[in-house]
Amino acid sequence: MKFSDVILQTAAKVLVFIILTFAIYVMFAGHHNPGGGFVGGLITASAIVLLLMAFDARSVREMLPMDFKKVGAAGVLIAVLTGAAPLVMDLPFLFHKHTKTDLPIVGNVELASAVLFDIGVFLAVLGTTMTIITSISEDE
Amino acid sequence: MKLPFLHVAVLFPFFFAVIVPFLFKKWRHIHTGWFVLIVPLLIFGCFALRLPFDPVLGPVTESVSWIPRLGIHFTLYLDGLTLLLALIISGIGFLVVLYSIFYMSKEREALHNFYIYLLCFMGAMLGLVLSDNLLVLYTFWEITSISSFLLIAYWYQRKKSRQGAMKSLLITMSGGFAMLLGFLMIYAATGTLSIREIIASADKLAEHALFTPALLLILLGAFTKSAQFPFHIWLPDAMEAPTPISAYLHSATMVKAGVYLVARLTPVFGGQAEWFWLVTAGGIVTLFWGSFLAIRQIDLKAMLAFSTVSQLGLMMSLLGVGSLALKPDLAPETAALFAMASAAALFHLFNHSVFKGCLFMVVGIIDHETGTRDIRKLGGLIGFMPISFTLTVIGAFSMAGLPPFSGFLSKEMFFTGMLTAFRHGSGWLVVLPVLAWAASVFTFVYCMILVFKTFTGPGDPKLLDKTAHEASPGMLVSPIVLALLIIAFFFVPNAFVAAVLQPAMHSLFPSLAALGLPEVHVSHWHGWSAELFMTIGVVIAGIWLFRNLARWEGIFARLPRKITLNTAFEQGLVGMEYASSKITRAYMTGNARHYLLYLFGFLTLMLTFALLARPGAIWDVSQDAQIHLYEYVLGLALVASALYMLFTTSRISSIVALSAVGYLIALFFINFRAPDLALTQLVVETISTGLFLLCFHFLPKMKKELARLPLKITNLIISIGVGVTLTLIGLYAKGYRVFEPISSFYENSYQLAGARNMVNAILVDFRGFDTMLEIVVLLAAGIGVYTLIRFDKARREDP
Repeated sequence: MKFSDVILQTAAKVLVFIILTFAIYVMFAGHHNPGGGFVGGLITASAIVLLLMAFDARSVREMLPMDFKKVGAAGVLIAVLTGAAPLVMDLPFLFHKHTKTDLPIVGNVELASAVLFDIGVFLAVLGTTMTIITSISEDE
Repeated sequence: MKLPFLHVAVLFPFFFAVIVPFLFKKWRHIHTGWFVLIVPLLIFGCFALRLPFDPVLGPVTESVSWIPRLGIHFTLYLDGLTLLLALIISGIGFLVVLYSIFYMSKEREALHNFYIYLLCFMGAMLGLVLSDNLLVLYTFWEITSISSFLLIAYWYQRKKSRQGAMKSLLITMSGGFAMLLGFLMIYAATGTLSIREIIASADKLAEHALFTPALLLILLGAFTKSAQFPFHIWLPDAMEAPTPISAYLHSATMVKAGVYLVARLTPVFGGQAEWFWLVTAGGIVTLFWGSFLAIRQIDLKAMLAFSTVSQLGLMMSLLGVGSLALKPDLAPETAALFAMASAAALFHLFNHSVFKGCLFMVVGIIDHETGTRDIRKLGGLIGFMPISFTLTVIGAFSMAGLPPFSGFLSKEMFFTGMLTAFRHGSGWLVVLPVLAWAASVFTFVYCMILVFKTFTGPGDPKLLDKTAHEASPGMLVSPIVLALLIIAFFFVPNAFVAAVLQPAMHSLFPSLAALGLPEVHVSHWHGWSAELFMTIGVVIAGIWLFRNLARWEGIFARLPRKITLNTAFEQGLVGMEYASSKITRAYMTGNARHYLLYLFGFLTLMLTFALLARPGAIWDVSQDAQIHLYEYVLGLALVASALYMLFTTSRISSIVALSAVGYLIALFFINFRAPDLALTQLVVETISTGLFLLCFHFLPKMKKELARLPLKITNLIISIGVGVTLTLIGLYAKGYRVFEPISSFYENSYQLAGARNMVNAILVDFRGFDTMLEIVVLLAAGIGVYTLIRFDKARREDP
């Protein structure tokens, strides 16, 4: 479908960045505050849905030239590998560790392997949602 | 850490299989088989170094914890019996790979597939015979079935290959499942999965109620795998596989798995009447029927397949007789006599692998060089293929039980075993030696057919697809090695007996072995004994029947053609498919509303049942919090939007109403302080509304449903039912707790997982495994939607 709603398109251009920033915040905030990979992935997907509504599917594909199936698969792969990594060190599957370190510029940062797993969830949710949505909305 | 040798031996073929495709791609001009050859050679070498095997000091146990919580340890155990099988697997494996290098064309065949399947089979078969844990054994058992399936269907372009593969898979897998059930029963009775521990507690097991069912189920597994009557029908069809595979899997190794299992479990079940009767009767009937049907075959490979069936029956029946040695209150000397039958079975198992491997390879050569295996077209090949002729004579005469070939020795021992059963058992066990003798006569006849109809007589070269000539030297090496072994083992059998067979008897009869019994000794001359006269009788009757074959062949035409096991099998399959598709079509209407009806109807029924079946549930509202005004407002708005959605006639307003329901629920979550849920609910609602709007114009126009009244009433009942039961469940939930809540554990998530957000800590850490599988399912569902839509689109565009 093709329609041009100038107001929506202009607003979308700005909103998408705000939503994406929020999505990344929610994704990393998940460790201590409401949020996490699942919601983060969904919010990112909603930003892309907004783009799909404001523009047509082809322009969105040009804007984001990626295969969402592969994004989803990459997410699952990250999650599984994060889970399998402790096996190398003779620890049980999906064993998580967290620590605090000092990094330059950013200062004291908390690092947790669970976040890595959450990134996998994020990508898997994003990839799957967008695979479903694009395949349904592109069906003509 | 000391490297566990046995595990390396089992896993080496699997690891090598991984690099086979790269070898195939990289060095196309070198036959991949040359690389693969290393694997069985190394394994054979390592096992051969253990010879001669000391049964007391020799056994090796290596254990690697696999699923310790379920008591599943990847324990491998090497004793005499295992060593015998391991040597056969790796030794014949080596010769078969060598033979396949000349048999399989490197230009035309997908060699990487062939060798990957072959290596997987080799590893699995080694694992099968070495495992001490029943579940590990079962795993390897099924891997051999699968690799056999893949190898039979190797030339999958042919319909017959696919059918044969399917048949073998169905039969052996059904038996495998039965066997698994039997294993689990044994586990239930003894509390252990380790074969050695089960043997140790065999007395306790024998009194358990599950003993007989377990025995029957395990035998079913062994009989299907070893192609015993009436499950033998898959083996002739498996001959569609390339000949090296027939030689390896379907005569030398895989089909011996059932025989191995029966031998391995003899200390557990031996001495039981059911075990003796089933194994002996199954074996002797298979022996007789297989050898009888082999005579009628016109395809050389089919003849060898039936011959394999009958020879497997021979081993089974011997093991059945041998199991009598474990009967309680039996004099040790008598027990030792029975035990000799088992020794004969194992000796014959070895001999059979050697001579049948040799015969299959020669038949492969005939097929390769003349282009046919049809016995009616062949004849007079002796002039063209003298070496192949000699090899066939050696193999076939060994199978027929003639000196000076090793088959003669085990055949004599076979007669001894059957006569022992008759002499020490009840009177009408006389059928055993009688059937054994008759089957041996038939065996003799088809061996003669194999040799003389193929190589002598007036052959017509015009019938052959190619000009017959002797095979290349490389192809002849493997069968020549086997033929030399046949002769060597005739002259020095006792070297083999002392090195392998005697230790193997230790694993079968540990109690007798403690007394130093049975002392296995193979001799060529027993004096003018009954066995010798039986052999002479076999030769005379066999020659007479062979010479007069034309006169009595008509008997095969009289066998019923319609009522055979094969038709029963095929009709059964057709019937099952028909019935299941009928049942499926009865409820899979393709109408989404029907599916929702089933789902919600079932949900309501189950929940109502659960509510009624638990009288302990109390409806206690006294503890519930007071309902505030804004909660009333939210609830009313929710009901109003739901009702509006039902009665609106415009699609867009129903979408908006549906979203309103979703957002109102999110508000409820916020009200009850569940920010994570609220956030997720909001986003999910936004996306699904967006999705609705995106595909809005694909949806059909909304029109008034002209449904019949009964359907409307059903819908009404179900929808109200779902609402009411779910509400009731919600109200009851608080007053009825079966278990203590576990939420307190998660409350200190900061100490446990370093995360202050408990919900997220549960998702990624405490229950991370669930999440991981959930995202896998999610991705699978997404790919499913994508594929459905893509394929539908492709079909519409290209009808």
